[in-house]
Amino acid sequence: MNFIALKMLIGDRMKYLSLIAGLSFASLLITQQASIFTGYSLRTGSWLRDTDVADLWVFDEQAEFSDDFKLMLDTSLNRVRGIPGVQWAQPLYKNFVNVILPDGTSTNTRMIGLDATTLLGGPPEMVEGKMSDLRRDRAVFINVADANDSLRLKRDPKTSRPLRLGDRISVNDHEAIVAGTYKSTKEFFWEPVIYTTFSRATFMGPKVRRSLTYILVKSQPGITVAELAARIHEKTGLAALTRSQFERQSMLWIIKKTGILVNFGITIGLGVVIGLLAAGQTFFNFILDNTRHFATLKAMGTSGHKLIQMVFVQVTFVGLIGYGIGLGGACLTGLAFQRVGLAFMMPWQIPLVGAAAIVLCCAFAGSISMVRVLRLEPAIVFK
Amino acid sequence: MVATEQNIAIRCRNVVKTYGVGSSSVFALRGIDLDVNPGELMMLVGPSGCGKTTLISVIAGILDQDSGECTVYGKNLNAMKQRDRTAFRGTNIGFVFQAFNLLPTLTAAENASIPLLINGAKRRFAIDRAREMLDRVGLGNRTNSLPGQMSGGQQQRVAIARALIHDPKLIVCDEPTSALDHETGQKVMEMLREVALKENRSLVIVTHDARIFGFADRIAQMDDGRVMRVSIGDHQPDQVLSPHIRTGGGLG
Repeated sequence: MNFIALKMLIGDRMKYLSLIAGLSFASLLITQQASIFTGYSLRTGSWLRDTDVADLWVFDEQAEFSDDFKLMLDTSLNRVRGIPGVQWAQPLYKNFVNVILPDGTSTNTRMIGLDATTLLGGPPEMVEGKMSDLRRDRAVFINVADANDSLRLKRDPKTSRPLRLGDRISVNDHEAIVAGTYKSTKEFFWEPVIYTTFSRATFMGPKVRRSLTYILVKSQPGITVAELAARIHEKTGLAALTRSQFERQSMLWIIKKTGILVNFGITIGLGVVIGLLAAGQTFFNFILDNTRHFATLKAMGTSGHKLIQMVFVQVTFVGLIGYGIGLGGACLTGLAFQRVGLAFMMPWQIPLVGAAAIVLCCAFAGSISMVRVLRLEPAIVFK
Repeated sequence: MVATEQNIAIRCRNVVKTYGVGSSSVFALRGIDLDVNPGELMMLVGPSGCGKTTLISVIAGILDQDSGECTVYGKNLNAMKQRDRTAFRGTNIGFVFQAFNLLPTLTAAENASIPLLINGAKRRFAIDRAREMLDRVGLGNRTNSLPGQMSGGQQQRVAIARALIHDPKLIVCDEPTSALDHETGQKVMEMLREVALKENRSLVIVTHDARIFGFADRIAQMDDGRVMRVSIGDHQPDQVLSPHIRTGGGLG
């Protein structure tokens, strides 16, 4: 009877295609938007993942995410270094600065200052130059992606070009020279990031009494990271989180404050609603149009169980095709637009969630239709 | 054939059926008594609303009567569980409908194979059997045609093949010729008599079509929910119908 069910369904071309189109669109919307949301969410921790050199990130406990720069007293570094269980602790500066490019383009930029001796916390991959070039006079590193975008010399279209090695820029009115370019994972925030040494960064950064943004801490063998974190917090009052804890905190804060969860949630919800309505209404109409045929089958001895099975086969068939097309479409969208910076990340959970949503749509469509089929009076075949 | 307790195909006793409730209820059947013998072609005739379709629905086990008893080959369908009754219909009853009720997206062979598939036969076997059956009804060359590609007469022959394929004991036909022209209707009836009717199989045909009365073994004349009279033998319309039915448009 399954092939009869499928031929009944496929034979009604308009409804069959409408069902697939509705479910495909729902599946596309759900999986694509969920993937973009995941992509953006993960971008909130890009810098932390790229700077995965220490066991703990120590920072002012008022800082709520990785780009919330609450500077600490310089003495904090020595206090942390003095805590038993700390193998080493290195300073890291991060703050906003104003950069003026050679053509006069002014742009707000994030500047990261690394300990000049160890250069710990530097960019993940150098493109031009080497890490030690950061120790050269007035040296800064720029991101190759930024060089052609936010840090592009673009005031005069005729002479527009990317910022490049050897260019002199002004950082908060202090001259700096581009000594290297690097590649990093795209971040949630869009301001360009330049690297320099810690001392130069504090010199060029805003003139405030406090000059320490982060302390990167390595634990000694024999103490757990959790124990050390608790100890640092107890002794200094500073927050001490592992990279993944800090990443999670940053992600949750950004999701909450920017409202992206609500925005994407609404779109994903709309996807489910579209799926429910499209599948439910179209499939119910299909059943209504085939009432006489189902009644005929019932009169001829088809059991309720078999009729349910037929409806199940029909919804499952369109559900699978719709889901597959939608998921494929989402993947293609991701591939096509990743080059232009679309945040797209599809972990295995998303296809699973998409499948669950389509199952929900099909279950809804199937249930209302099954009720209709089961309540059919076979006697209508003679009317 | 003389009906006895042992060889009665359908036995209806005091079958009553009403539609609606309370003061708005309408009697469709007012105590029907009717016997149909095995191997007999019984026609139910009468004006619109006289209860023919209700009676055939009760006989076929797709409608419950309010009271009375109706047995089909000894089985009281009304007393059966829904599930058993559905299974009984699947194995013992074939249906031919006025509007053919073929599934439009299935080929003739697929349509004709449905009763076998309902009874759990393998698809290949069912389709092969359907082809044989279509050949018997003269449609051996149209097995892969869709209903929309066939004439009304051909569609009805597919429906007859479908009604016969699982070798049921009873075939119920609802106005099998009313959607067909005279010539095609005659051919369909000839086919029903020649192919469908056999010693251990009965046909009950509801019809308005006086042109086919000649094919009946017996004709039960119904009016107002009652069987007014049952005529035996090879009858012609004039012998069967009361004057007011014949002239009053009740057959239309």
